[in-house]
Amino acid sequence: MALTAIGTVIALGLTACGGGGGTPAGTGGGTAAAGAKDAFNASLTSVWNPSTKKGGTVKMANPGTWDSLDPGDTYYGYSFNFIRLYGRALLMFKSAPGKDGNTLVPDLAESLGQASDDNKTWTYKLRTGVKYEDGTPVTSKDVAYAVSRAFDKEVLPHGPSYLNELLNWPKDYKGAFKEPDRDISSAIETPDDQTIVFHLKQPFGSFDYIVQMPMTMPVPKDKDTGTKYQEHVMSTGPYMFDTNEIGKSFSLKRNPNWDPATDPNRPALPDRYEVALNVNADDIDNRLISGDLQVEVSGVGMGQAALTRVLNDPALKERTDNPQLQRLWYVSIPPEVKPFDNIECRKAVQFAVDRTSVQRAWGGPLAGGDIATGMIPPSMDGYKQIALYDTPEGKGDVTKAKAALQACGQPNGFETNISYRAERPKEKAYAEALQQSLAKVGIKLTLKPFPQGDYFSLYAGKPAYVQENNIGLAVNGWGSDYPETYGFMQAIVDSRTIRDAGNYNLSVKIPEVDQLIDQIKGEADAAKRTELWSQVDQRVMEEAVTMPGVYARSLLMRGKGLTNVFVSDSQQMYDYVGLGVQ
Amino acid sequence: MSVGNGGSAGHLAVRDLSIHFPTDDGLVRAVDGLSFTLERGKTLGIVGESGSGKSVTSLGILGLHKGGHARISGEIWLDGEELVSASADAVRKLRGKKMAMIFQDPLSAMHPYYTVGHQIVEAYRIHNQVSKAAARRHAIDMLGRVGIPEPAQRVDNYPHEFSGGMRQRAMIAMALSCDPELLIADEPTTALDVTVQAQILDLMRDLQREFDSALIIITHDLGVVAELSDDILVMYGGKCIEYGTADDVFYRPEHPYTWGLLGSMPRLDRAPTERLLPIKGSPPSLINVPPGCAFHPRCPYEERTEGRASTEVPGLLETEGGHLVRCHLPREERRAIWENDVKPMLETT
Amino acid sequence: MTTYIIRRLIGAVIMLLIVSMVTFAIFFLVPRLAGATPESLASRYAGRTATAETQKLIADRLGFNDPLVVQYGRFVKGLVAGSEFDTGASIEQCPAPCFGYSYITQQPVWPDLVDRSRVTLSLAVGAAAIWVFAGVAAGVVSALRRGSFFDRAAMGIALAGVSLPVFFTGMISLVFFSYSLGLTAPGGTYVDFTVNPAQWAYSLILPWITLAFLFAAGYARLTRAGMLETMNEDYVRTARAKGLPERTVVVKHGLRGALTPIVTIFGLDFGLLLGGAVLTESTFSLNGLGKYAIDAITNNDLPKVMGVTLLAAVFVVVANLIVDLLYAVVDPRVRLS
Repeated sequence: MALTAIGTVIALGLTACGGGGGTPAGTGGGTAAAGAKDAFNASLTSVWNPSTKKGGTVKMANPGTWDSLDPGDTYYGYSFNFIRLYGRALLMFKSAPGKDGNTLVPDLAESLGQASDDNKTWTYKLRTGVKYEDGTPVTSKDVAYAVSRAFDKEVLPHGPSYLNELLNWPKDYKGAFKEPDRDISSAIETPDDQTIVFHLKQPFGSFDYIVQMPMTMPVPKDKDTGTKYQEHVMSTGPYMFDTNEIGKSFSLKRNPNWDPATDPNRPALPDRYEVALNVNADDIDNRLISGDLQVEVSGVGMGQAALTRVLNDPALKERTDNPQLQRLWYVSIPPEVKPFDNIECRKAVQFAVDRTSVQRAWGGPLAGGDIATGMIPPSMDGYKQIALYDTPEGKGDVTKAKAALQACGQPNGFETNISYRAERPKEKAYAEALQQSLAKVGIKLTLKPFPQGDYFSLYAGKPAYVQENNIGLAVNGWGSDYPETYGFMQAIVDSRTIRDAGNYNLSVKIPEVDQLIDQIKGEADAAKRTELWSQVDQRVMEEAVTMPGVYARSLLMRGKGLTNVFVSDSQQMYDYVGLGVQ
Repeated sequence: MSVGNGGSAGHLAVRDLSIHFPTDDGLVRAVDGLSFTLERGKTLGIVGESGSGKSVTSLGILGLHKGGHARISGEIWLDGEELVSASADAVRKLRGKKMAMIFQDPLSAMHPYYTVGHQIVEAYRIHNQVSKAAARRHAIDMLGRVGIPEPAQRVDNYPHEFSGGMRQRAMIAMALSCDPELLIADEPTTALDVTVQAQILDLMRDLQREFDSALIIITHDLGVVAELSDDILVMYGGKCIEYGTADDVFYRPEHPYTWGLLGSMPRLDRAPTERLLPIKGSPPSLINVPPGCAFHPRCPYEERTEGRASTEVPGLLETEGGHLVRCHLPREERRAIWENDVKPMLETT
Repeated sequence: MTTYIIRRLIGAVIMLLIVSMVTFAIFFLVPRLAGATPESLASRYAGRTATAETQKLIADRLGFNDPLVVQYGRFVKGLVAGSEFDTGASIEQCPAPCFGYSYITQQPVWPDLVDRSRVTLSLAVGAAAIWVFAGVAAGVVSALRRGSFFDRAAMGIALAGVSLPVFFTGMISLVFFSYSLGLTAPGGTYVDFTVNPAQWAYSLILPWITLAFLFAAGYARLTRAGMLETMNEDYVRTARAKGLPERTVVVKHGLRGALTPIVTIFGLDFGLLLGGAVLTESTFSLNGLGKYAIDAITNNDLPKVMGVTLLAAVFVVVANLIVDLLYAVVDPRVRLS
């Protein structure tokens, strides 16, 4: 099984690091939208201010910009959420609050995938009557084309590469741009216009989770302009592009050729979406508060300045939701770096660290997250509290840490380095918090910031570099591409993913864990799988090769005038398909 | 000529003029109770060391202290108008028209960013409703009259393109452009070469005749005064200490300070640095003017006053025919000192 | 005068050439010296799932393997004659002046720069008008009423203006005037002048004032100092002696004399500003050159960063040239040399 290039995590590229600068607590603030009562976390498990009223404009802003609007070239979580407004993949996550939103439902397809017995062939039947915005009917060939064009990472570099690795592509295939006429039937077949069959190299039971991603959104070959396709994506969803200025703004209007009869999943309430790009993050927060703006589309959560303001104003706080993310911030402890080759030294670190200071470094319980005791986030199967390294009030236990140091043969502590991504102030704060904690037991940490673009390819993710430069601790973060424990854990605990460079698993090399993973792959019973994942988590913690920091949370604000607001567990932010305006 | 109590029908009459400046260190009595008169066509030389109040006097007459924080009292009558009590704007309208001024350093006194012609035209058009072209013709004409060659070309030059003497000529042209009744020249030749000095003085004498204006020449250089003045006023510590005709002051001076000035006057027959009657010490601070006679700390004859010099301010008294002196020494004694001690020294060398 | 202009022009051209070399070196030579390989440079364009082979392909395609001189030649040729870029799927044109081609947005940089310059220019012109007028006026009045309450207040505010960063004053004024009082437009609502001049001014008034506040302070202090000096000059006394009205004396003689340093600073400030008012544009979400640069840096979009850098440098060089020429207009004494 080689999901080798599971992407760095969607959210990693967009780590919340709310602006510096002081925004004072101004006046103005929250009043409840008419007809709905504001309450903290009101839209986490149920729909807030439900409505079926159509019309109106949703105003959104993004502190950054899309990697690409092209469904074959995007890899941000919010993009996966938003793109469903103008594109239909084979499947999608149900647009529903809480856990219910974690279910896969057919979208372009009539039903979930039909797997062969060996889980190596997956067949999807397309609904009839689905059209592009210009009225052309959508066929399975368009889906096949979309997947084969997204194969070319040289032209469309941003998207996930799951299908590149999973499907049984012909040898040295270069993608639809360079080899438009190549026979790819070994990977994808389209026996008729409504059917598409995927052939996998190896069995993969979670394939449905992969085809809900935007690379299966159909692209008409004759309209494909390659790298320029994002300037005018042919819509299959309820909305199509009205204006589109890359990097500045775009707007969506209703797609007249979208037939609600073919689409049970999208209420399509607003008439229009307007999205401004590259807007100052603090400005967005203030405009959300004032009501000038309704959605911060990247879902990163409010920045530090606004956070202070919101937490001090109960009326404002009632307008916010604090979802837990399927994302973990942690530290890898590579066991080949001395003296961490001795488990007792690894344990010493685990006991010495003040986990409350780590939580503060990440922004506190609301904006940062909950103190993590294991690798699997609470909303995922297999999560459990692991008490191995509990200390009084989580503040660290110097006595136990010193005992471990003694056992390690380093009674007076030692010196080592901690790496983090230079561009990320919170990772720096994290490293500094650890530095302070560990100093109490004589472990002296030197901070080693590296550029985030090369963090995994040249520095922390390159074992040779790590060993040579004595990187004993490496700040790491991981989020899930889809809400399934396998997708989350495999890339960071399976030792067989480790290569010469570009690793995300920096320290977990436990044969027993690898065996457990294999066992899970073959296990049909979901409850058993869950139990096995818990065992994996426990084993990793016993070996003390990672030190969990926080399970991330974000603080979102419901924009004024919105209806049908809810956070789904699959998106971990407001579900953009469901939104409406008063 | 009557000076001291005013009332006479002089063209310019200054009566009991005081100009004081309050400062953080105390009150600066720059000019204190000054009076004199001057007719049209006549020249008055005001002489004194720097800090004696002579320049403040000239600016005071022009009203340039108005609006500042100077305290001005007394009266200044020009052609029947009183200027001290007049509004700032009324005085401004007279400035440049009825009274004009020539400054010491023509390079710094002319704006470096405007042409010479422009600066003359500007002065002229403020007071005369004429077209730009007419004003320009007038400026060229004026430049010609002050002896600038090719005035039609030079009119468009900038001050830095003129030589020092030419600049002073242009300055004079500017001052005379509105045919003023009173012209004040503050050290008009100090910044110039010696040869040019003479030319400028000649020019001023000629022009004064031509324009028939009253002229006040302010200088520390008795030589300049000697050439031009009808009357001479010697200032010390903000006060007039001797006043008289040029003959009075040069041939019958009665104040020890005047003697000192005469003794330090450069003459062709003497080495320029040589001082026959050096005035010891330095000019008084105008904030702490010495009590009694302001000159007494420096006066070689102070002890002959039996202490009065340091306690009693001497009055400005007439010795004869309009010759006024402010000194405690009895008149006879002063004359005796002059005739027996000072004059021979000045002449014999 | 003509030789003066020609000399300055030649100087400016040489300066631009040097600027292009330095810019090129910063973006291509320095990373290499710092150990970057063609592949690691290419990785910036390759997305995060790129394999080593993909990176190598992209490095080849972008010409990172060519000698630096060849790359510089291509860069200059692009500036002068335009160039073509192979995106892998198609050949894209980048017409002259080609300031680069972004592989992230798949657009030539120059049209973006032109587009963004409109915003920055709008911001700069409006702000400059306000700060020059307000700064100079405040400076003149302060100088004339030296030590008065106005002087102290104005100089106090000026000190605050110089010391407070734009993101602070900008955020405060946004929160207060826009979000609370609703008097001014919120950030990110720029409307182009050609679309609606009134909306344009409305959307920019707060950024104008904020930016002007920062600069006005400096100009007020500069003007005040200059005026204190020139109002004591002999030529001002002469102007008064001529009987000129006080207004004329102050403006035409005093202020004119104090203008030279103000013109110099203004030229440089304005030139720098045209290259992008980074903080103001970010704070008010104005999509100008500064914001463009910041966004490009965030996205690791090197061609854009390089394009903005080059353009900003051009603005500064041109502004310098204009200042030099203005100098001769302002101060006739310069014309001789």
